[in-house]
Amino acid sequence: MTSVAGTRAAAPPRLARWPRLGRAALGRGLVTAYLSLIVLIPIAALVAKSTGGGLDAFWTSLTSPLAVSALKLILVVSVIVVVINVITGTAIAWVLVRDSFPGKRILNSVIDLPFALPTVVAGITLLALYGTASPVGIDVAFTRAAVVLALLFVTLPFVVRSVQPVLLELDREMEEAAASLGAGPLTTFRRVILPNLTPAILAGAALAFARAMGEFGSLVLLSGNLPKTQVPSLLIFAQIESGNTTGAAALSVTLLLIALVVLLLIGRLTHWSLRHAR
Amino acid sequence: MPASRTASRLGLRFFAVGYLSMLLLIPVGMIFYRAFEHGAGAAWAAVTTPEALHAFYLTILIAAIAVSANTIFGVGCALLLVRTKFRGKALINAAIDLPFAISPVVIGLSLYLLYGREGWFGGWLLDNGIQVLFSLPGMVLATIFVSLPFVVREVVPVLHEIGDEQEQAAQTLGANWWQTFRRITLPAIRWGVAYGVVLATARALGEFGAVAVVSGRVVGQTETAPLWVWREFGQFNLTGAYTASLVLAMLAIGTLLAMNAFKRKEA
Repeated sequence: MTSVAGTRAAAPPRLARWPRLGRAALGRGLVTAYLSLIVLIPIAALVAKSTGGGLDAFWTSLTSPLAVSALKLILVVSVIVVVINVITGTAIAWVLVRDSFPGKRILNSVIDLPFALPTVVAGITLLALYGTASPVGIDVAFTRAAVVLALLFVTLPFVVRSVQPVLLELDREMEEAAASLGAGPLTTFRRVILPNLTPAILAGAALAFARAMGEFGSLVLLSGNLPKTQVPSLLIFAQIESGNTTGAAALSVTLLLIALVVLLLIGRLTHWSLRHAR
Repeated sequence: MPASRTASRLGLRFFAVGYLSMLLLIPVGMIFYRAFEHGAGAAWAAVTTPEALHAFYLTILIAAIAVSANTIFGVGCALLLVRTKFRGKALINAAIDLPFAISPVVIGLSLYLLYGREGWFGGWLLDNGIQVLFSLPGMVLATIFVSLPFVVREVVPVLHEIGDEQEQAAQTLGANWWQTFRRITLPAIRWGVAYGVVLATARALGEFGAVAVVSGRVVGQTETAPLWVWREFGQFNLTGAYTASLVLAMLAIGTLLAMNAFKRKEA
């Protein structure tokens, strides 16, 4: 089966024949150097900065009222967004796989638009419809509802795209068997279909959660730079602008740790789903 | 029973289409309307100012450099991960996914700290007359960081799928590694590479948070198209902001079309 986090079922182990040893060592060195220069050394510098003033300073800046309220806000909003995504994402995946109607193919390719659209454009897009000059009379600009809306927009594809392939490969005979044994549609869904989808739903939810925690571009315009809508990424940006890089680094490392935990979780989940989907 | 089935199916379809319309289709459609609200002439004039044109030029230049670097790295790294065995492979695998999990602002901050005057590299580089922060190199580094995983992640599964029998046959027949790569491996993975390049390009063209931190946002110099959109919107030049957004949205829609085309070729 095709799984979500970019990994597929592992191929059988092959002989390490190509490229040959010397070249492989060189390649390994180059790849490691590139990854270090681009990703690892900058992150090391960030971690060093955050703990440069000692753990006390780290803790003090992390427990400042602004940082605490930003972290609380993003956790609550991300959970709301993920729950909505789980429901709507599964429903959309279902419609895209099991239903058929004119325009379905277009709808299917539009799902990826939030991945392709620049985040600042996503923010402007939502402001155009749900902002101060809203033509439909819904104005959520500069409120917490706007934060939820923006995060729903940017995380839309995750659950849909992880559930869709599983649903495509799901054996329909199981459902027919359940139905012929007298189960209603709801019971069939809850007892037969849902257990099969759960690993994919969870994996998509974890990816959406990680994305929501760090989102910045779509929020800069929608949040209106107010304390009540200041999520950690916005606070970090404000702290950099005002020269408080130590505080920004402490909050960044905290976000990074949360992301790593989520990333590990995704790994476990895909592993688990690969073993259980058979 | 069949009647309620049809009803629930229609209900679900209505819900899915309605949700996507409210969240995605109508808002994106609004961009078209807002951009041309004051006529095509006004829209054209707003995005052809020297500053706007420079912003688009800079965005394209940075994306071209970053995606080229990540394509070469991505193919090499994927070959290494799939075709060889070595210690620390899991570590490299995890490091490749990091950019997906880190907030763009955090990426920007880490480069800001590393290449600032007080940073590990910044002081030495500045003493030798190399300015990374608030100039092109820093913006390129930030863009490479955020778009790093795409090519690797698209090529790895393709390499797994094609196996290495043909490569081994080529080598048995006397082909060297470059001939094997160019004649056997590259043609087999080309649609995977193309797919990864498209995704990386979309990400690079739209990058905002990381570049906002490292660029210093000097108008007409280190301002990319997304940053230009942000500033114009803040200054209530709405026609300009919406028109530039429309251009970027069209690029995104082009990306989707390319993705669909490549997906079909791959299958």
